[in-house]
This record gives sequence, C-alpha cells and structure tokens, in this order.
Amino acid sequence: MDSLIVKTITRLLVPFIFLYGIFIISHGHVTPGGGFSGGAFIGGGLILYTIVFGAKQAEKLFPSSVAEWLESGGILFYIAVGLVGLITVDSFLTNIGAGFGIGTPGTLWSAGMIPILMITIGIKVASTFMTLFRGLLEEPR
Amino acid sequence: METILSVVILILLIIAGIAIDRTNDLLVAIIVFSSFSFLMTILWLVLKAPDVALTEAAIGSGITTLLFLAVLSKTERKSL
Repeated sequence: MDSLIVKTITRLLVPFIFLYGIFIISHGHVTPGGGFSGGAFIGGGLILYTIVFGAKQAEKLFPSSVAEWLESGGILFYIAVGLVGLITVDSFLTNIGAGFGIGTPGTLWSAGMIPILMITIGIKVASTFMTLFRGLLEEPR
Repeated sequence: METILSVVILILLIIAGIAIDRTNDLLVAIIVFSSFSFLMTILWLVLKAPDVALTEAAIGSGITTLLFLAVLSKTERKSL
C-alpha cells in the first residue's frame, strides 16, 4: 500500500495495539479478557502491519519460522504446565489443589499458574493468526 | 434505558443480517458483516458480558473481516 497517511497512522498505532493486547493478557485473571482476546488484538496488529508495509517488511518484524515455533511450542508448554497439576495432585490443570491461590482482585501476580497459562495462550493465538493470514497471502490466485 | 438500547440494537442487527443476505456485492457483504459484529459487541456490553464483548470486537469485527478481505483479494471480484 502506497498511501503516506495510512503508513504514518499505522506506524503510530501498532505499538499501542500491542500494548493494549499485552495489558489484556497480563490482567487476564483479574479483569475481563484473557489470553485469547489479548492474543487476538496482537495478531490483529501484526496483520495490520503486514497489510500496510508488505509481507517482506513483516517477515523482518516477525519471521514465519519464529511464528511456527511459537505456535507449536506454546501449546506444548501449556500441556507441560497442566501436567504439574496432574503430577502434584490428581487432575489436569489443578490450580487451588496444587497449593496456589485463587487470585485477589487488583493484584497482578496472585493466581498461581493462571497468569503463565494466559501468557502462553496469548503468544500462541497471536502467532496462529499471523500464520493463518500468511498462508492466505501466499496462496496463488 | 437498557431495554430501549437492546431493542434498538436488535432491530439494527436484524436489518444488518437481512442486508448481508440481500446485497449483490461481496465487499459490501463483508463490511456489513463487520458492522454486524460491532453491534453484537455493544449488545454483549449491554448484557453485562464484557469478556465476550472484548473477544467479539477482536475476532468478529477485526480478524474475521481481515481474513475475508484476504480471500476476496485472491478471487476475481465479481458481483453475484
């Protein structure tokens, strides 16, 4: 896309979209939202960057090999964290039973493994949307 | 107040849904679908579900529209 206005506004806006996504992810257990919503915001920002600046520039910002690694590694890390509950107590993804708290409103690091899971889901969802959009772009006409 | 807002949004949702079906241009259908999702976002907020509203705003009116537009740019744009 060649429009100067669109390029300038995107360059100003994309960092704030990322910041909002990170806010939603990191506050996922004490406020509305969570890993999926915040990851979708970050993925939307990445797709906006790709549309405006082209696929080559986006490859520098977020290489596709990194996206594939994050996408596959995210869900494996999620399963690994879930297995902690299975090993220490009796069931998958147990939080309270494994000795962690249930979280206090307004306190960021307060809910045991849930913030870690939220960050993992956010990274996975963002890279999944980016991989989806790249796959559609590389498809021949 | 909330009832009036809900009724207005629901009527607009019905209009948008019919418009998506009746339009002849695929690009117009995508844009109206995006506005449908935005109206749904407001309706979720009125129904006190901000969590769903956030997801609807990101997925419904953001990502889905972008993916539809990417597919449309790969096809020949022809009105049905």
